[in-house]
Amino acid sequence: ITVAEFHKKIKDAFEVFDHEANNTVDVREIGTIIRSLGCCPSEGELHDLIAEVEEEEPTGYIRFEKFLPVMTEVLLERRYRPIPEDILLRAFEVLDPSKRGFLLKEELIKYMTEEGEPFSQEEMEEMLSAAIDPESNSVHYKDYIAMMVIDES
Amino acid sequence: MGCGTSSVKDTRSEQVLKAALVIQNWYRGYSTRLKARQRYALTIFQSIEYADEQGQLQLSNFFSFMLENYAHIHEKDPEIVARLFGSTIQDYKDRQDYVAFVDVPNSYNGPRLQFPLTFTDIDLLVDAFKQQQILHARYVLEVLFETKKVLKQMPNFTHVKTSPSKEITICGDLHGKLDDLLLIFYKNGLPSGSNSYIFNGDFVDRGRNSIEILMILFVSFLVYPNDLHLNRGNHEDFMMNLRYGFTKEILCKYKIHGKQILQILEDVYTWLPIGTIIDNEILVIHGGISESTDLNLLHHVERHKMKSVLMPPTPLDGDPDTNLKKKKFNATVLPREVKTSTSLSEQLTKHEWEQVIDILWSDPRGKRGCYPNTSRGGGCYFGPDITSKVLNRYQLKMLIRSHECKPEGYEICHDGKVITIFSASNYYEEGSNRGAYIKLSFGMAPRFFQYQVTRTTCLRPLYQRVNAIESSAIRILRERIIAQKTDLIHAFQLQDRSKSGKLSMSQWAFSMENILGLNLPWRSLSSRLVTTDTNGDIDYMSSFQDIHIQKPVKEAQSTLIETLYRYRSDLQIIFNVIDSDHSGLISVEEFRSMWKLFNSHYNIHIDDFQIDELAERMDLNKDGSIDFNEFLKAFHVVHKLDKLNKSGSGLL
Repeated sequence: ITVAEFHKKIKDAFEVFDHEANNTVDVREIGTIIRSLGCCPSEGELHDLIAEVEEEEPTGYIRFEKFLPVMTEVLLERRYRPIPEDILLRAFEVLDPSKRGFLLKEELIKYMTEEGEPFSQEEMEEMLSAAIDPESNSVHYKDYIAMMVIDES
Repeated sequence: MGCGTSSVKDTRSEQVLKAALVIQNWYRGYSTRLKARQRYALTIFQSIEYADEQGQLQLSNFFSFMLENYAHIHEKDPEIVARLFGSTIQDYKDRQDYVAFVDVPNSYNGPRLQFPLTFTDIDLLVDAFKQQQILHARYVLEVLFETKKVLKQMPNFTHVKTSPSKEITICGDLHGKLDDLLLIFYKNGLPSGSNSYIFNGDFVDRGRNSIEILMILFVSFLVYPNDLHLNRGNHEDFMMNLRYGFTKEILCKYKIHGKQILQILEDVYTWLPIGTIIDNEILVIHGGISESTDLNLLHHVERHKMKSVLMPPTPLDGDPDTNLKKKKFNATVLPREVKTSTSLSEQLTKHEWEQVIDILWSDPRGKRGCYPNTSRGGGCYFGPDITSKVLNRYQLKMLIRSHECKPEGYEICHDGKVITIFSASNYYEEGSNRGAYIKLSFGMAPRFFQYQVTRTTCLRPLYQRVNAIESSAIRILRERIIAQKTDLIHAFQLQDRSKSGKLSMSQWAFSMENILGLNLPWRSLSSRLVTTDTNGDIDYMSSFQDIHIQKPVKEAQSTLIETLYRYRSDLQIIFNVIDSDHSGLISVEEFRSMWKLFNSHYNIHIDDFQIDELAERMDLNKDGSIDFNEFLKAFHVVHKLDKLNKSGSGLL
């Protein structure tokens, strides 16, 4: 895949969020654009990327001319690759040391909102709506992961 | 930071931290990809919607062309000309006289209105419509008659004052979605002397309850004429209704009196005010402005002469500007000798007409300046500099408009000077967008209220909602693709020198955009539309595999089928106009001559004899007439996967 193809791909994704058709997007949409191109930066990594593409004096908008070279390099270097399924599974297993095969709703909420890069309330509710089995009030993480993976492919 | 490979040396808490990071990171990536897919789906819906609107302009040119060339239409049937150039119905003085011929039978179980109307009638209607009752034609006609009478006395712009104790609520497009209107009234209260509303146009078309929304709004207006304000939108236009569903809704719900209702509705639309001005500082109009917007002229224009966006004023003796503008949009110029039943005094001047079109059709954009609105085919795109200029010209502070669907129900642009407010949630598809309304009063910042109508009591998870709208968007996109199959294959083969059946991503995307005329992120969409091999090359014939257009007649050629399928909306409108008694039938001869004209105007290369053959076969009972609704229904797209689902043998 040539650099020119990467450029076109990045341009396409950028344009979907360029509502005013003036080659700028709201900085709050940058995360979405980067992730829609298949990359998975953490919040911290995203912060750094934004700092790279922002203006000297942040305007709240990111210009395409600044975004393109930075994003091209990210794609070329295959940075922020998505997390493989088995790593994801192991992460859940760490949170479930007694190997029950599930996490209780309260446990999931506690871990996601108190550890790492905590979820906002909206993010938490969104995850719960799909993950929690209402009868047992828990998430059977193996099934959950399998379902999400199918949905994405 | 990373992928969470814990080492033995990490403490338990470090392990937990890393694990949480992995899961959060993964989830955020997944969630944003979902939202990006949602955004792509919306882009598809929007591009296709605007491309359709541009089709409207072509249709308008076709009508002019038809009049010019189909000379004996207006000799044999002056009513067609009258229909196209508008003529007012006989003016009854009295409501009773007007509805004298319509009786309400005792068996009627629906709501019964009592004139003069009071707030109890509003409650009555809301309750009845919640239970999906239909208002009797007599009451519909009475309401329309009275509404026209009262609207006639209103100026082009209503001036409204607010105060901290008297806020006003502004709603945008409703497009026949009754649930949204009911939700707004539930959250914000019914209109009354102390609860003012502005409804900023586009009450009808697309949704299933346009007439019910109109009835609630008009009855509320008649009860509270100083507190319920209605602005005209681009869909308050009988030509738009022909294409976008309202005409059909009326003819279905009111089989006997539908025609009368449509006739008076045409008039009522033209008397709707152009806009509202709040506290002398906020302008509320449906679409937007242009750099030449002249509010003084608009205050004085005779607004009821604006029949339809598709009926521009006929040009005067070789008016060079009109000819130039028509040339720009590929229109034909009517010869001076064309006789119409309309005298010049019944039309707006070209300049006035354009001023009104700009108000109803324009869209704000980030780019500075003022440009023709090429995606819709009418009005213009206006930049932040235009907004500042026009607002300053009239000492106004803000513009509130509607006309465009926004994912969050509203959007602010042009440095806070322009607000778009859109009140039809799930406009394209369930889950596509929220609706919103604004509450404001003098001196306070506007407050926004968002909502989304759901069919079920609890919201489905995000991924299910996104899957639903994405499938829907891809589905209609694929219907577009199949409608241009022959042209697309031709374009692909031109680039495929080695006849391998494969193209590079660039080549494929280029042809798709070129032939379909849709500005979409083709590379990102490719995985949903076509198969790619391991080298990254596209198997271009794969997009035609699971879908085909049902042939109504086996022998018909595919180019004919595709063309008829592509233009079926336009054909529907033209048929509806020709079929002035709404019988659903046109004669085979009319069909033939109509098609010949269509053929030459749209530059379609279909042999006349193919059409003739088709017409013969469509005249099923050989009585010389075609049921054209059946004819058009016969061209529908078959999705192979649907068939599989129906027979139960395919699991998806």
